[in-house]
Amino acid sequence: MNNAIIWMIIGMGLVTYLPRMLPLVLFGRVELSPFWQGVLKNVPYAALGALVIPDIFFIQDDILFGIIGFAAAVIAAWLGANVIIVVLASVAVLSCYSMLI
Amino acid sequence: METTWTASKMAPFRQGMQAGVAIAIGYMPIALTFGLLAKTTGLTLAETVLMSVIVFAGASQYIALSLLSVGTGIFEIILTTFILNIRHFLMSASLSEKAEPDELWKKALYAFGITDETFSVAAMKEGTVNASYMFGLIMMAYGSWVVNSGIGYAVGKSLPESLQDSMSVALYAMFIGLLVPALKKQRKTVWLAGLAAVFNSLGTFVFHLSKGWSIVLATLLSAVVVQWLAKEGGNKDE
Repeated sequence: MNNAIIWMIIGMGLVTYLPRMLPLVLFGRVELSPFWQGVLKNVPYAALGALVIPDIFFIQDDILFGIIGFAAAVIAAWLGANVIIVVLASVAVLSCYSMLI
Repeated sequence: METTWTASKMAPFRQGMQAGVAIAIGYMPIALTFGLLAKTTGLTLAETVLMSVIVFAGASQYIALSLLSVGTGIFEIILTTFILNIRHFLMSASLSEKAEPDELWKKALYAFGITDETFSVAAMKEGTVNASYMFGLIMMAYGSWVVNSGIGYAVGKSLPESLQDSMSVALYAMFIGLLVPALKKQRKTVWLAGLAAVFNSLGTFVFHLSKGWSIVLATLLSAVVVQWLAKEGGNKDE
């Protein structure tokens, strides 16, 4: 194995691990103010919004692809399907779409 | 009573594994392609698998490959990785509010497995999360990531093109599947997700921020603004 690549991997691992580990280990011991506790409880919903939009619309060059996948997932989830069904449904709908074009 | 004890001890781990199935499916096409690209970039099989084992962060691993192929220095690749993964700081902090008080080494261990996907699944789970649940969840995600990276390299092929294309929606669909039930339940979550989506779009298209900064700033800004508005609204009611 190439030494430079190994050092790069170790460095990447370190700078990825530290942000994952430090808050979880340290914040468990300090009491945050209610405001910041509230902010941290808001984070997952905000993060999900930012993780989906706008990136989902650009998963393929054809923007319709993302729009259809988005719509299929939203409809399946809105109807109360569990997460795996939502995933499979949107993949299935897009498979049909790519066969049509 | 002993069986009850075993059952309750096993339950969170299995529950975590079950919740991880969607992630395992979603990681498959991305990891296969990563393995394939690593091969064309000139990495060895060992280096490819090692990167997935040690880094376990999809977007950064892809970017590392493309930077390597244009001859970017190692320090810059590490810096880019750091910036891209700063958002995990926010996710880890958020998870600390939901995590049961497990021993510190267990938290330090499962923290390694915090990704956009494992975080989202854990955060949307009802109630709290403990180390057993997180280990089960992460085992599925990590296993899929590492094994499929190796398979992608060894087989030298990804999924058939049309399936690969369709499966590129999988993780986004999972995020939607996690978010929508919350949107239906609570008006506040609509604002949180909607504002963050708008901020992230602005960050991407108007301010041309890198993906790493755009997501973390949009998330934090939305979470703070909505909390502030909720507090103001709450005070008026008093």
